[in-house]
Amino acid sequence: MMRETTLLFLGLGGVLVAASLVSALLAWRSGDPVGPVLVNLNQRIQAWWVMVALIGVAFIFGMTGMTVLFALISFAALREFVTLTHTRRGDHWVLLAMFLAIIPFQYWLVWTAWYGLFTIFIPVYCFLLMPAVTALQGDTERFLERVAAQQWAVMLVVYCVSHVPALLTLEIPGFEGRHLLLVAFLIITVQGSDVLQYVFGKLLGRRSVAPAVSPSKTWEGLVGGVASACLLGAGLSFLTPFTALQAAVVAFAVCLMGFLGGLVASAIKRDQGVKDWGHMIEGHGGMLDRADSLVFAAPVFFHIVRYFWTV
Amino acid sequence: MNGLRSFLSRQLHRTSSIGLSALARAITGVRPIWIGSASSERQRIYFANHASHGDFILLSACLPEQERQRTRAVAAADYWGKSRLRRFIAEDMLSSVLIRRDWKEPADNPVNAMLGVLDQGYSLILFPEGTRNMTEDEPLLRFRSGLYNLAMARPRVELVPCWIENMSRVLPKGQFLPVPLLCRVVFGPPIAIGDGEDRLDFLNRAHAALLALRPHRRGDRR
Repeated sequence: MMRETTLLFLGLGGVLVAASLVSALLAWRSGDPVGPVLVNLNQRIQAWWVMVALIGVAFIFGMTGMTVLFALISFAALREFVTLTHTRRGDHWVLLAMFLAIIPFQYWLVWTAWYGLFTIFIPVYCFLLMPAVTALQGDTERFLERVAAQQWAVMLVVYCVSHVPALLTLEIPGFEGRHLLLVAFLIITVQGSDVLQYVFGKLLGRRSVAPAVSPSKTWEGLVGGVASACLLGAGLSFLTPFTALQAAVVAFAVCLMGFLGGLVASAIKRDQGVKDWGHMIEGHGGMLDRADSLVFAAPVFFHIVRYFWTV
Repeated sequence: MNGLRSFLSRQLHRTSSIGLSALARAITGVRPIWIGSASSERQRIYFANHASHGDFILLSACLPEQERQRTRAVAAADYWGKSRLRRFIAEDMLSSVLIRRDWKEPADNPVNAMLGVLDQGYSLILFPEGTRNMTEDEPLLRFRSGLYNLAMARPRVELVPCWIENMSRVLPKGQFLPVPLLCRVVFGPPIAIGDGEDRLDFLNRAHAALLALRPHRRGDRR
């Protein structure tokens, strides 16, 4: 595991150094003033340095580090999501519970590997009890809309995201003690696919996949990004219990889910009339702008691994 | 002895101001949006919409440290003077200017208290609605006259409208645990009183200037 971890972070460091050099070169060639796309590219790469460093720190602390990191990601994403929804004074207790009870409890379930309750706590118990609490407050104005938005919020940014650290609880024969690498595989392929879709889209993008939702998502970006992310996944199979071919197929599934996550997030943003979810990550937007693909990919990846690779 | 007291009270105010601003930023990620005015050292009256106890802390968290130290909020004495704890929070921790909304004697006229603080060089944070807005459909209540009286008496002080967004959702009336939601404070262009402008006309114009900073739908937020 030590060897793979070292290789992994050396590889990531190498990619970031290369990206920073390319960005500096592009800025130098364009001369002053540097255009907005290049400024944004530079900010994005700088933010990537910080994000990789944070994940590295979480790696050092193992299970606890990962659980805390993703609980914080859920917190930041939930804050962005709820800010955009319509809330009324009668929602106060439910909203508080989402931040102060549901997030900690769900991640405690991950941390203690209580799989049975982990899978149903939000989709069954929160699903039923949150609207009940709201109804008890007695304010029926736009009730269905408020309740539905709260359900979406906890399902997307708490339930789905919590599947990332939950990977560490799977029992995979012959893979003991190396689970963190599986998390790394998921994050790198999904986020790598986002970056590659961005690069292919910027270089070759012509035809929009869904022009009414997001003009920046093009067929060229999608095909080029996902195909190259599958190759990336195959190359990273040494991190996983998969063969190279299996890794490519799994990467294909999660990258496709990641794309759909980005598309759905774009549709919500468009509906609410905002460009970004927030301002937390310089150059990227909010936490959800970065994590939307992971939200959709994590549960599917979890299920694939659990179904085919655990006993 | 008095020197020590005032030193301690200054330190208490400084510490709580820094601590509360940091807390407000951690919970709400608050960002100032300067439209048509910039943070400056000029003496100002920041006037804002009011729906939550957190409003003043949120607004002052948007000011640079120096500016924050010389800006004081105007608060109601009949509310904040009611118990020792409230008085301690309002006066000793937040260094607010307590005024009486229910004054009868001319000596209690709140305008005098506010002018006194302005003349010491402080900037003010004022909520011209006079109370927290508890309606869920009316974004901004009618203004009371205080803003007009101050503007007439000290025409050189800049009047900056500040729209506080979302704080009423973070900490509604009667709650003491805040829900972490993202907040913004939009600082608009300063307004000034016109020559011979009528009291009602001015108050309506100030009201409109503040309301104009409000996003029309959630979509205009960013």
